[in-house]
Formats: sequence, C-alpha cells, structure tokens
Amino acid sequence: MDRGQALKTTIPEEDYMTSGHIACSGCAAPIAMRYCLKVLGEKTIMVVPACCWTIIAGPFPYSSLKVPLLHTAFETTAAAASGVRATLDIKGDTETTVVGWAGDGGTFDIGIQALSGAVERNENILYICYDNEAYMNTGIQRSSATPWGAWTTTTPAERPEDKPKKDIIEILVAHQIPYAATATVAYPHDLMAKVNKAKGIKGSRFIHILSPCPPGWRMPDELTIKASRLAVQTGIFPLYEVESGRKYTITVPRKEGVPVGEYLKLQRRFAHLKPEDYDTIQNNVDRAYDRLLRKVKQSETL
Amino acid sequence: MKKILMGNHAVSYGALLSRVEVIAAYPITPQTQVVEELSKMCAQGKLKARYINVESEHSAMAACIAAEQAGARTFTATSSHGLTLMHELLHWAAGARLPIVMANINRSMAPGWSIWTDQNDSLSQRDTGWLQIYCESNQEVFDSIIQAYKIAERVLLPVMVVLDAFVLSHTYEPVDIPEQELVDQFLSKLDYPYKLDVKNPCSFGSLLPPEYYLELRYKMQKAMEEAHDVIIKVDKEYQQMFGRSYGGLVEEYRTEDAELVLVASSTVASTARMVVEQLRDEGVKVGMIKMRFFRPFPTQEVVNALKGKKKVAVIDRNISYGQGGIFCEEIRSVLYNIDQHERPPVFGYIAGLGGRDITPTTIREILSHTLKEDKPKENIIWIGVKH
Repeated sequence: MDRGQALKTTIPEEDYMTSGHIACSGCAAPIAMRYCLKVLGEKTIMVVPACCWTIIAGPFPYSSLKVPLLHTAFETTAAAASGVRATLDIKGDTETTVVGWAGDGGTFDIGIQALSGAVERNENILYICYDNEAYMNTGIQRSSATPWGAWTTTTPAERPEDKPKKDIIEILVAHQIPYAATATVAYPHDLMAKVNKAKGIKGSRFIHILSPCPPGWRMPDELTIKASRLAVQTGIFPLYEVESGRKYTITVPRKEGVPVGEYLKLQRRFAHLKPEDYDTIQNNVDRAYDRLLRKVKQSETL
Repeated sequence: MKKILMGNHAVSYGALLSRVEVIAAYPITPQTQVVEELSKMCAQGKLKARYINVESEHSAMAACIAAEQAGARTFTATSSHGLTLMHELLHWAAGARLPIVMANINRSMAPGWSIWTDQNDSLSQRDTGWLQIYCESNQEVFDSIIQAYKIAERVLLPVMVVLDAFVLSHTYEPVDIPEQELVDQFLSKLDYPYKLDVKNPCSFGSLLPPEYYLELRYKMQKAMEEAHDVIIKVDKEYQQMFGRSYGGLVEEYRTEDAELVLVASSTVASTARMVVEQLRDEGVKVGMIKMRFFRPFPTQEVVNALKGKKKVAVIDRNISYGQGGIFCEEIRSVLYNIDQHERPPVFGYIAGLGGRDITPTTIREILSHTLKEDKPKENIIWIGVKH
C-alpha cells in the first residue's frame, strides 16, 4: 500500500448505533448489532425482548439505536415482530424490515413457542439470535444453548452442563424456513453477506450469531474476536446457511488441525474439564461437522 | 339493519364496524365463533384487516400490543384460561398506554374443567389497568365494542368487553347493526400519537429507573379517573347517534324510592330486573343497580345509588378466596367513608359459580333472605351449595 493512501474499509461507514451504549467491555452483542444495522439501514424496526440488549440499548430517555425499537416481554419476540409486520402490511409499507433481536434464552427456551408459531406461519420477519450460551443478563445461568461441559452458576463445576447444545438451526429448518444461517463477529463480511441475503428474502429468516460474553465465559475482554474465530476454525460453531429449508452451504470452512482445546482453553468456564472431556468434545464436534458435510453434499443432489 | 345474532357474532360485528386493522387471536371455547366470523370477514374482504392465526393467547396479546404500537387499531377475543395466560401482557398493554379492545367471554377456571360462565377469569385481571365493561345483552355487546374503541382511544388505556359464556355468547338475540357511515362518524380513524416510525425513530418500553416509573403509574391512574367522565360522554354521544344508552358506568333501575337495592352484573342483571318488577307488583320497595363498568370503579354512582337505603344485596358470580364476592367487597369499601347513618348493611351473596343457573327463583331467594335479616350474619352468604 502506498504511504499516504488512506486505509479504506470494506465495511460500510453508515452507523445506526451510537457510542455510549452500556454493554460490558468485550461483549460481542453490540458488535453484531452494528454490523447488522449497517446492512439493514434506517428502514428497520427492532423488536427486543428481555435480554442483555434491554440494557445495552440504554435506559429511558436514552437509546443507542438510530432505528425504532420496541421492547417486548421475554417470550414474545416473534409474536411481537409479527404484530409490527401486520401493521406495516396493512399500511402498505413493504420496505421496512422488521427484526426480532433476542438472546439465546429468549430464543432457544422461553421464546421458542412464539418463534415456532411465527416461522410456521412464515411471517415476513428477520429473527436474529445473539447467542452467548447462557442467561447472561441475570448472571450466567444455563440455557438450552449452553454447551456440554460448561460451567454456569446453575451448572457448577461439580456438576457442569451435561446436555448438548440445542440445535436451533435444525429446529428452524424443520419448519422449512426460507433462510437460516449462522454467523460470528470474527467474520464480518460473511455476517453482513448473510444479513443482506436475508434482507432480500420474503418470509421468515433466522440468523444465529455466536456472541462471546467475557464475564460469562470467564475470559479476558480482548478475546471476543479470537474466541469467535476459533469457534469457527475448530468446527464448534460452523458457518453455514440453509436456503429454502433444504439447501445447505458452508460459507467459511473449518480449519484442519485446529483442535477444540484451542477454543476451550481460552475460557475458564471450561477450566474444570479433563483431557478425556476434551476428547469427548472433539469427537462430538467432528461427528457433527461430518453430519453437516453430508447435508451439504446431499442438498447438492436435490 | 336488525340481525339475529349470537353474542359472539355481535362481538365480531362490533369489530367489523369499528374497522379494526389487525386481529391476532387463538381459539378457545366459548369464544370460537368470534374469531371464526372475523376470519371469514377478512377472507371475504368485508373487513380490511390482517388476521394473524397465532399459536397462543399470549402471542395474540403480544402481537396486538406490537401492532397497536406500530399504529394499527387492533382486536382480539378470548376467554378463561386464554385470558389468564395473557395476564403478563395485560399489564404490558395498559402500561404502554395502548388503546387495544378485547372481548372476553366469562368462563370459569379449571380445575375441574368447566366451560361455563363465571367472572373469576376477568375479575382476576382487576389490577392490570384495563377498563372492564360487563354486558347484559347482545345489543349491549355490539354497542360496547364500538364505545370501547372511542373510550380507549381517548384515555389511552385498553378496554375489555365482557360477556357470559353461553348465556350470551351462544344465545341468539336481535341486534340492530347501524350503517357503517354512522359508525365512521362516531369513531374517527385511530391517530395514535406515539408509534413505531422509521422516520421518527423512538424507543418504546425501555428500562425505566425509579426516578420515572412512579410518575407513569400516577398517569395511568389519572387516565382511569378521567375515563369516568369520558365513558358518560361517549355513552351520551352514542345515544344521540344510535338511540341507545346504557347509563354510562351503572344503570339504576327503580332505585329512587327503593328500600332494598340489589346489585348485579352481566346477564344476572337481566334476570334481576324481571324479579324486581315482579316484587314491585307485590308491593316490595326494591330496586337494582347494574354494574356495567368494574374498572374504573363507579364509586360516585354506587354511593349515590346506595346511601340512605335500608339494605343492599350484592350477587357475585365470582369469589376472591379468603375474602368474598369481588363486587361486594368493592361496594362495601366505597360505602365505608359515607356517614354511618346513611350506610346500609351490605349482604354479599355468592351464586352461580361454574355456570350454575341463576334463575328468578335464585334471585327471589336472595331478596327474601335480605328482607328477613336485619344484618348479614356472615361475610359470604352462599346460595345453592349442596352439602
């Protein structure tokens, strides 16, 4: 690069989030919101249930968003988004994107009924789940998105989480959702490409963003991007999309030779795990990745 | 135009003529015909509304709240377990000051399963901030839906229009359906002042520190107090335009020279009116007040109607366990501060829970018991309990 030539970012400059939001330092959730809004633009209405973002958005009379924001009850994101959509439809507004923006608790657990209902009806909404893998806003209690082996305050080290993480994408695919995808903030172009694709599709769309939480994962603040990247490279959180409920595509392949331990050892929520636990996780991740590859292959022949 | 309608269809027609724009509803016996008829009206294009077939009542209210916040006139209907499932969001709708109108068909709560009428479902929503109208006839149901939108949109609080399971919901009566143009004149388009708008982005329902919360709740109470006069005004305007009035918050029937006043609500008021007439013919100085509104509570009307009377008998088709009939307790409470010599003894009767019929004989029994005793011996006088 020539000296004097300005470094040019390939990320759009427009921002629909302000500084001064009150997320914990190192939180991936505001980063995810920022990237998503850069793509979605000002014609967006956000619906946010009880979750970390209730706080991040700022208390009355402040808001860290430059788009309209409707706070809603914990379990109602998808139903409330359906309601906003219905009004826009009846008023003839076809341009505005209605986004449900919820954490893993509000999506995998308490909100799954409303989500299933909305997706089954194929409501014209974009649902984005930022998944920090536990009830972080209430102080790190396990959710059905908490991975096997993890410590939380309700799965203490003496008896850590003993269930696998719920496969939310497969649940949505079973609804034949027009578009579902995973993303992380370590791959912003991939994330934004998916949001852009989702924006252009009519019907229900779902994006699952892994959202590292330094306090909850017992991890230094500066490791958010690294942890996000390693989640992808190890295959723990593969980046892929499913179109029309059947066409699987891996958008960023995992990296050969990066063991799960690279990811696990960054986080003290896994500090109690023994070498054989690492092996168990490695085996499960390998098997799940193989299954995903088979789905990709299978969908190529469809 | 007169139509022969079941109570549930009177609800649907009320919503149709109010030109609701978004409906989100979930079926429950005995409400189903309300939403079946509305889906048909939407499907046939008679009603230009988005109908959302949600997967629960909880989602129905969540969708109505969000749709209303985005600026549409919304409607839903439910009953019993459906209403109580919504409970969290009833607080939300009122707290967000959204003028949603909902019909609730009074049905008892399980266990055991009961699909028949009593008022415990709606009365347990007492403290959510919803106005509540208890209806006596299908005509009143229809008229109250239209009145409810006008009241709700003036005071910015939601309104529940309540009718008895089967006794009204499935009973056919003649209902006068006015011309749409007249209703349009009465009920102007919703122009909700604060809405989700990409041109004017605002945040709704955000975290509210203690320095603001109290004031918003104070304003809700003030809106409820303001609703009192609005209800009377709207009822009068309705009479001028459509020729029917329901007395605003309460209806007094032959109370002027009455020594004993019976207090009733919903369809029980209809039966009671007949019994009062019969007893008058027999020379008994009895009258009735029909409690049309439960929230806001018609304190002044109740005091004016009951002070100085010899006795009051309240029929409650509901119970607050550990206390008594809910109407009765509230009536005793508002009479407490009037002069002692003007304060009548209040007899509290509980009858008809779980849809057991309250017949003219039941009401006669209640009145003769009241006439016989000087004062109530018990807090609750149970009618018809089999031992």
